[in-house]
Amino acid sequence: MTPVTHDAPRAPLLELRGLTRRFGERLAVDAVSLDVKAGEFLTLLGPSGCGKTTLLRLIAGLDRPDTGQVRLDGRDITSLPPEKRPLHTVFQSYALFPHLTVGENVAFPLRMAGVPAPELRARVAGALADVRLAERADAYPHELSGGQRQRVALARALVGRPRLVLLDEPLAALDAKLREAMQRELIDLQREVGITFVYVTHAQDEALALSHRIAVLDRGRIEQIDTPARIYEFPRNRFVADFIGNINLFEVEVAAAHADGLRLLCPPLGTIVARARPGVRAGQRGWLAIRPEQLRLLGQGAATPADNRFAGVVRDAIYVGNVTTYTVELAPAVTVEALLPNTQPGRAMAFAAGAPVVVAWSGDVGVFLDA
Amino acid sequence: MRSRLARWFVTLPPTLFLWVFFVAPGVIIALASLRYPGEYGGLAPLVADGRVQLTLETYQFFFSDFIYTWIFLKSFAFAFVTTLACVVLAYPLAWKIVHARRRHRDLMLLLAILPFASNFLIRVYAWMIILGPQAMPSVLVNTFLGWLGHEPVSLLYSSFAVLVGMVYVHLPFMILPLYTNLERHDPVLLDAARDLGATPWQSFWRITWPLSLPGVLAGSVLVFIPVLGVFAIPEILGGTGDILIGNLIKEQFLATRDWPFGSALSMLLTGAVLVVAWVGARAARRLGGRYA
Repeated sequence: MTPVTHDAPRAPLLELRGLTRRFGERLAVDAVSLDVKAGEFLTLLGPSGCGKTTLLRLIAGLDRPDTGQVRLDGRDITSLPPEKRPLHTVFQSYALFPHLTVGENVAFPLRMAGVPAPELRARVAGALADVRLAERADAYPHELSGGQRQRVALARALVGRPRLVLLDEPLAALDAKLREAMQRELIDLQREVGITFVYVTHAQDEALALSHRIAVLDRGRIEQIDTPARIYEFPRNRFVADFIGNINLFEVEVAAAHADGLRLLCPPLGTIVARARPGVRAGQRGWLAIRPEQLRLLGQGAATPADNRFAGVVRDAIYVGNVTTYTVELAPAVTVEALLPNTQPGRAMAFAAGAPVVVAWSGDVGVFLDA
Repeated sequence: MRSRLARWFVTLPPTLFLWVFFVAPGVIIALASLRYPGEYGGLAPLVADGRVQLTLETYQFFFSDFIYTWIFLKSFAFAFVTTLACVVLAYPLAWKIVHARRRHRDLMLLLAILPFASNFLIRVYAWMIILGPQAMPSVLVNTFLGWLGHEPVSLLYSSFAVLVGMVYVHLPFMILPLYTNLERHDPVLLDAARDLGATPWQSFWRITWPLSLPGVLAGSVLVFIPVLGVFAIPEILGGTGDILIGNLIKEQFLATRDWPFGSALSMLLTGAVLVVAWVGARAARRLGGRYA
């Protein structure tokens, strides 16, 4: 286990048990079981159509599972209608009520809960202040900017102090700069109020930046659930490896598996030394996954103590500011991407296209994935 | 130069149409309402004894007998009740159409406007048969009244029959604007309302209903105004006491041949309709500004 960077409390608040939802022939959610701890920020990450929004709707009660159970605080809420569940949702389109002012929108859940007027006013004012919209209380949603609407939706979901807040791609409609700012605000807000967040997104950078834990979904199933660092560094299968960040994949066969490392046979290149993984046996076929930033690029003939070194030719170099991405051909039909940080000014394009280079990496990086 | 010509080309036909079929008849009727009746009906000569003969006597006559104001008020009451009944009947129907499967939706819409394909009078006459003494509704009602020891009643030739006819004829004018409005509602708003603690009933009254008010208003104007001027339905389905403003006007032109009085009644009705339309437009603008 790598150390967890955020401290997430322990007690399970939300438990999903074998949740399945079928739309005709298609399994939108396939036997999903999952625990979310109180105070945790959990992200459901996956490509569009992976079932993450359906899963969210099952938790909210806006849709019913065919089989399985939703438990909140140990209580079975599977058959509870949405209005009886102590959780609120921030919808992707915000779903602000267009005929109500910002203040009335935020007051809505309190009104429904029968909160008396003086307390209601105070809490609406407080919630609007929390999202820095106190002076827009009398505006209508169509008079607000996208970022402001997003914050109203957030205030409306938080004002009732629910046990759980579900967020369905709340930042998808915002431009990049605003998204980054809102990510920061979301983290601060969530840590501040201590309300459990279940967050749905298809943006892996958002998931990595925000979450205590990430559940990667594909075709209705959870492929891996773990901390952002472990998801990124130790993907469990090819789908997770491919989906999160960029990764180089080599088709390999295990030649020898020891406690201190694997010897992998990659026919076009030869033998590769990689990090040990329990349960891997000699003869097994699969993929070796290595992140571009774990590769080093050296001039031909430069000395290096790296365990793995292969000669190649630079095919392409793309300068993006903080790093330069090199595409290197190691053998016919075997190309890798290597990411070099631009730490020294003026040396951004150290290797030009066509330059002979050596790609090297240490034997304790790289994850072996089953075929 | 060319754009000017193009503008003329586009705006001339509707302008011409309005002048010929709206402004000119309006002026003619307004003028007629100020003229004296002819000796044998129609209008007296405009110029007689070397003077233009105009008078406000006809309007004085209208206000001198309360019966005419009463008929006006009764017509407004009929129009109001008809509009209300149309809202109550059309709303669930429009809702149902909006939430039907795509394939059924077009068919249901077609069925809603299909009555327009047959003649208005024939459709009203059909109600004479449906509400007639031998038909099922009448038999059922009178059997029930018989149990209560009540005299049998006639459904036909009554205010009830007039209302049924008016609601039936004008219902599509309510369904269509309501459908257009409800169809545009984002279903996620109802999800949000439920999610934030509203029961289905509360979500309807707090979200769907206020958002549909522009549609309700549009439909109400489309029903209220034509119902005010209707004369065939009371004549066919109504009893002797069910004379409405439309019948009165028609009578002045075709039976009594008192054209100035008929014209004055038309002017007053037009004035009343303009007021209703103006109030409706104002309310719509206020709602529209909030929802934009």
